Parts: sequence; C-alpha cells; structure tokens
Amino acid sequence: MTRTINPDYIRGDLYTQRFEQGKRENTLILNMGPQHPSTHGVLRVVLEMDGEYIVRAEPVLGYLHRMHEKMAEVKSYVGFMPNMGRVDYLHPLAWNWSYAGAVERLAGIEVPRRAEFLRVIATELNRISSHLLWWGAYLLDLGAFTPIMYAFEDREILMDILQRPTGARLTYSYFRLGGVGADMDERCLRQILDFVPYLRKKLPVYKDLVTDNVILRKRLEGVGDMDVDMCRRYGATGPILRGAGLASDTRLNETYSVYNEIDFDIPSFPETDAMARYMVRIREIEESLKIVEQAVAMIPEGEILIKGAPKPNWKAPAGEAYFATEGARGKVGVWVVSDGGKSPYRIKLRAPGFSNLSLFAEASQGTLLADAVAIMGSIDMVIPEIDR
Amino acid sequence: MNALKSFWKNIASLWSLIVGLQVTGKAFCGPQVTVHYPRQTVGPEGLEGFRGHMELVPSVKDPAIPKCISCMMCATSCPSKCLTVVKQKEPKPTEEQLKAMAEAEARGEKVKKLSAPKNPAQFIYDFSLCSFCNTCVENCPVGSIRFTTNVYFATTNKADLQMNLVERLAKQAASGKTVPGEKPKKAAKTETAQSEA
Amino acid sequence: MNAIPIELIHIVIAIALVAGFVGLNGLVLVWVERKVAGHVQRRPGPYEVGPNGLLQPLADAAKLVGKQLFTPDGSDKLVFWLAPIVSFLPVMPMFLPMPFSPFLTAMEVNVGLVLILAFAGLNILALCLAGWGSNNKYGLLGAGRAVAQGVAYEIPLLLSVLAVCFMTGSLSLTEIVAAQGNWPWQWNWIYQPIAFILYFTCGVAETNRAPFDLPEAESELVAGFHTEYSGMGFGLFFLAEYAEMIVVCGVATALFLGGWKGPGAAGAWWFLLKLYVLLVIMIWFRWTYPRTRFDQLLNLCWKWLLPLSILNLLVTALVIKL
Repeated sequence: MTRTINPDYIRGDLYTQRFEQGKRENTLILNMGPQHPSTHGVLRVVLEMDGEYIVRAEPVLGYLHRMHEKMAEVKSYVGFMPNMGRVDYLHPLAWNWSYAGAVERLAGIEVPRRAEFLRVIATELNRISSHLLWWGAYLLDLGAFTPIMYAFEDREILMDILQRPTGARLTYSYFRLGGVGADMDERCLRQILDFVPYLRKKLPVYKDLVTDNVILRKRLEGVGDMDVDMCRRYGATGPILRGAGLASDTRLNETYSVYNEIDFDIPSFPETDAMARYMVRIREIEESLKIVEQAVAMIPEGEILIKGAPKPNWKAPAGEAYFATEGARGKVGVWVVSDGGKSPYRIKLRAPGFSNLSLFAEASQGTLLADAVAIMGSIDMVIPEIDR
Repeated sequence: MNALKSFWKNIASLWSLIVGLQVTGKAFCGPQVTVHYPRQTVGPEGLEGFRGHMELVPSVKDPAIPKCISCMMCATSCPSKCLTVVKQKEPKPTEEQLKAMAEAEARGEKVKKLSAPKNPAQFIYDFSLCSFCNTCVENCPVGSIRFTTNVYFATTNKADLQMNLVERLAKQAASGKTVPGEKPKKAAKTETAQSEA
Repeated sequence: MNAIPIELIHIVIAIALVAGFVGLNGLVLVWVERKVAGHVQRRPGPYEVGPNGLLQPLADAAKLVGKQLFTPDGSDKLVFWLAPIVSFLPVMPMFLPMPFSPFLTAMEVNVGLVLILAFAGLNILALCLAGWGSNNKYGLLGAGRAVAQGVAYEIPLLLSVLAVCFMTGSLSLTEIVAAQGNWPWQWNWIYQPIAFILYFTCGVAETNRAPFDLPEAESELVAGFHTEYSGMGFGLFFLAEYAEMIVVCGVATALFLGGWKGPGAAGAWWFLLKLYVLLVIMIWFRWTYPRTRFDQLLNLCWKWLLPLSILNLLVTALVIKL
C-alpha cells in the first residue's frame, strides 16, 4: 500500500511553507479554512498544534478582498454608497453612516433632525439583527443547532421592518448624503414599537435555553482572555473592548447624531473572557431596544433629506474628513480625502473586524482546538469586512 | 466547605439542562413559523418595499410607451453602470415633408428638422449588475423607472438577466398588465414605488 | 437436513430479520430525527417526498448509494474501506440477545449483556481505523477523540449495568426483564435511578451523539473521522450510529424500564414504545445542547461518572448482601 507522494504536495502552499516550524518537534500543522465550517466565510487560520493544543495560530487574510477603497476612487460620492452596504453585510448601516457622516463633515452638510432619528432607529435595529445572527452562528460553532433558527425567526421580522424604508433585506444602502433615502411611515414605526416588546419577551427564553446552560458556560468561562492591555495593543474596539471591562463606545465617547439625547447604558463586563463578550452582545440587544423605543417616541416631523442634497455629479470641496460610528463589531471609521473632484481622491475604511481578528493569534495560544473555535466566534468576524 | 459548595453548585447547574429541554420542547409543540413556499407565498404586505428588478412606468396616454424622455440621468448616475438607454433616431422625412422643407428653405425660412420622439428606442437593464441602490429612481426627472416587487424572478440563462424594459412594457401592455410567468402585480406596489420616487 | 444444525438456520434467519429491522429502523429514525429537529426549530422538517416527508430517508439512501466512492490521495485503502464495514457489521450480533418480547428474542444467551457490550466496543476500532486510514488531519484528530472518549465512557457504562446485574443476579437480558414487574414503579429505574442516569449519559457518549459528538464535531473538525468518506462509506457509519442508538436504548429499556412488560397486555409493542421514547429523548438532547469540550468530557467521565458508578455499585452490593 505504499505510494510515492509528491514532496510539493506535502510542503503545501506558500503560506504553509512560510509558516516556519516552531522550536517544538512533533507538532501538526493544520489548515483551518478557508473552507472550514466555523471560520464564517473564507478566513484561513494556519495552526501549529501539539495534539489538540494550539501552539501557534496565524490568520491568513485576503480571500475576499474586493478593493472597496480603490473602487471609491472611480465612483461618484453618491455612487459609492451601495458599496458601503456590502462591506459588512451584517451591519451595513453603520458603514452607511460612517461614509455619509464623513462626506457630510467634509462638505459641512447639516442633516435634518428627523433624518438623524431615522438613522438612529434603522442603525440600532440593524445592530440587533447583526447581534442576533452572531448569537445564532456562535451557538452553531459551539455545536447547538437550534438557536440559529430562533435567531433567524426574530431577524426575519427585523428584515421585514427594515425592508419597507430601505428596500433591501441585507445589503442596505439607505443613507443619503444629507439625510436618508426614504421615510418611515406610521405603520413602519408602529411595527417597530410592536417589535420591541416582542423581542424583550423572547430574550429571557434565549437566556434559559443558552446563556444559563451549564455546558455553554463551561465552554465560554475563562476561555480566550483579551484584556484591556491587549485590546490597546491591537486596537480592538466594540464588544471585545467592552468585554475586557472598558466601557468605551463611539456612540457616547465621540458622540454623534442624537445619541447624547437618548438614555442608554454601555454594557461592559470585566471578566475578559468569551463569556464576557457574549454577555456584552446580549446586553447590547437590550440597550438597542431601549434606544429604538426612545428614538421612535422622540422622532420629530420634518424633512428627511436636505434641500439640494448632493447629486451624482456633485463635487466635494477639497479637504479631508474622518467620521467614526459604533458598528456591531466596533468602531467603524471612514476617512475621505477630496481634491475637489467628482469622486473621492482616497477613501480609507477602518474595519473593526480587522483589528479584532489580530487578537485571535495571541488569545488562542495554548488553548484547545475547541477553544479556538469559541474564541474565533466570540470575536464576531465578518470576513468581507476584514478583507474589504 | 468550599469544595462542598462547588460540588453542590455543579449538581445544581444541571437543572439548566432541564430548562433547556423545556424551551425546545415548547417550541416542538408550538406552531411552525415558516412559509411552505410552493403551497404558500408571502403576501403582498410582506413584499412591500422589496426591490426586485426594474421596470418602466407607462405614460398616461399609452400604456405601451414609457414616461421616459431619454435624458440619460439614470444611466449616468448609476453606480453599477447597469442601465443602457438608446435614444430614438429622428425619423426619415417622407417625400412630402422633404418637399415642404426644400420649399421652406427656398423661402429663406428656418427649416424645422424633424425631432426624434423622446421615448427611448431601447432601455436595457442588466439585472446581474444592479445593486438596487435606488439612485436612478431618485434621479429620474419624470419618475419613469421603479422597482418591481417581483421576488419570483429566476432564470438559468444569463442572457435573461439583460432585460429590454421597453419591450417588456410593450408586452405587458399587450397582455393586459401581466407578463406570462410572473405573479400579478400588487396594488401596494405602485404605492411604495411612488413613495420611493 | 441433518447436516445443517437447526441452531445455525435459526441464527441466519435471525440475522436476516435483524438486518431488516436495523435498516427499517435506521430509515424511521432518520425521519424522526429530522422531524424532531424541524419542529424544535419551528419549521416542518422534510415535507416533499412522500406523505409528510416519510419517503425522504429512502430518497437520501438512494442518493448515498448512487454517489461515487472516493478514496483520498495517500490514504491506506484497505484500512479506509475496512472501517465502515467494521463499524456496521458488529451491529447485527448486538441485536441477537435483544429481548423484544419473551417469544421474540433471536437468541437466548445467558451472557447476552456481555455479548452486546463486547461488540459495542468494536465501534471504537472502526472510528479509529477510519480516522487513521483517511490520511486527513481532521480525521486523525477525530479518531484520537473517538478512542479516548469511547474507552473512557465504556467503564462507567459497564459499572452501571453491573449494578442492575447484581440485583437480578443474571447477565441475561431476558431474565432481567422477567425479574421486573408490570407497573412502572416495579421497574429497575426506581431502584437504580443513579445507574439509569449514568447509563443513559454514557450511552449518549458511546454513540457519539450531541452533546458528546466530539469525534465528528463539525464546527471544529469539519466532520471528524468521516471527513473523507463519501457515498455509502459515509452511509454505513451513519446507519451504524443509528443502529447503536437503538441498541443502547434497547438495553436501557430491558435493564431499567421493564422491557416488554407494561400495564395491560405485555408484548413487543411496550418494548418498542419505550425504545422510541428513549430515542426521541436522545434526539431531543441533540437539538437542544451545545457541544462539550474535549477535556471537560473526559473530566466528567473520570471525575464524576466513574466515582459515582463505583459508589452506586458498592451501595447496591451492600444492600443486596444485607
């Protein structure tokens, strides 16, 4: 049964070859991904393993690079908005907002008050749907098959609600430079108000089914420490930073829009483990519900788009501007540089997932393979956003 | 004492497993929430606001002719470059008209050339490129394009994704507003299309 | 006729019947599993093939049979293809001493329990071969997990079974059932509740069902030991898994739930009813719980289940002696 094996076949591709052998012998190099069930898309992690223990982990990126930043340089300011719906398909409205906000800051455009509230409502609903999907997918990573179906059931309602004003169910391009694309009518707002108590009633059920489950707690507690120091070194933001105990949230710390008029908390947990990050997201769903409820109550009548909003042939004044919003995964930043032309001179997209993923290599060292999956899931990666 | 406490805690935590079973058990006995697709479909209120492929809005006078004035605003504003509008050529003047023009020229009057009809000869929409961003609808000066709420469009042929919307509208007008293989239009759709525009 | 002993004919017929029973039950179980999964997840489950999707497993089986059998590059062909057979074949003898009813036992063996447990041990070998032979790192890790898990859980399983055997003083399943009464409070699970829970937990682990499905943990190891198997190679593992579930639940029924006995008319229907209740509970577990971690799984076994089962055995022995 012996057969000659091509040595190149064993040596593997470029990344495997460059992944140098560590000091230890008898380790196993394992490619997790790019087609692995728990890497959520096309992330590839090269693992050096000693038995089931991970000695080293190295994420390999770029399988889903779509050159969004370069595309911006040939598109009009208005025409780049659909791209923003596709960078992070789970929380596209944060990207919508970052881009719209950056261009508005550049051009000094004042957004009507009603539009600000519409933006808040839509973005928070979108955040809930993003966290719900993460919740389901994470549980799928941990081996529970049912929660994702329950998550989708609720998410479906959210998508139905958001579909009416935005016209899409996933890749929204709802925001416009100087406002939003469509108004939410009475019926839509009523649907939203109906949804808030519905989800509030559902959350305790999920707590019973999943959060309190002893198997899950054992899987997550004390796994994947990511403390504040580590977050600072890698630039991690969002639920990861809050799971490390630092209540930092762009919505309040660098407040924008009408968030400072709304009363909500920034959940943070000091445990620094995967359970803390899990709890942050679950609490964030509740906080987002609170924000939505208040915003719907506070929403004023008025314009949704400024008069003379930028048209496709609009030229931005020369200069540069940066605007950051709080996405479901962390700080979403867009930096726009204009030379006064019809399309941006340069756009830099700051994807939170990219920084957050950097923590994985360090946090997964010395853990079991199953823990690595738990850590990877707790980062909440969206590969298109990481690769852009 | 501590060891005993943690021992008891471990035993007590097993109760959460029973609670989990209760939740899934309840769901098992509860109603199903999915839509059995071929037998049931999502009602028109579920499709409200959904952006399917584009279509042209017929003019008030003739349901076979779109409102479009071939201004090319949509084609130039489209970020995905999925629209191609072909203007109509000016018609060849008939002999009588030629004669009249020649006479007018001879009289030293300004000759009025025949102007092409404003509605487009072809309006080609590439469904495979469209990003459903609504930019064209917002920029259309006459409100001649809108999104359908057709979620049932499916094809195995890539060529079908390149739709000639003028032809489609004419066909639609000829067959009384319905194109074979497509669900009848919902009344709600026009409403949302207007609000979007 | 004298050349062939009656006993042999008996066994051949029995094995043929068992094969039919296993195949049929495999199909039914696949359907039940998917229906339970569907309803737990608030969707209908298989619906299109046959009334209420009843023929879906048949369609799936036909699909599996029709698929190409693929041997991965660099694999050990003999070991690779031996594994599914080793996994499936021992299932047949395991059904021989299963007491469906006093008249419906394929083979009366006074050490029936030992026979079942011995053949059940072979399954670990199959998983080990499958992971080793397929020249796949995920497969290898899965095989490693399977061996560690299988060996560990065999011990508390045996000890909990032994407690019941002590009570009855027999290793024959038929006798153990006969020793129990007709009413639920006369069954062994009342006298041996800890043994029952231990047995069922270990049974779930032995059959690699969630939450102990570590050898195939799909979000970690893709598909674990059967990553490289296609078509009927996978199908045999699949069938063997369901058959093992039936065996484990069947033994539980006989040992703890009074086998064919029940209020009213005793018979095979009581056995099948109890068997299916246990199976549905097993399926219910799978669609409710997340997966345990590997070290926790072994900790659970060595630190909790094993001492508990030994304690249980000692107490049982003591009580019997007094």
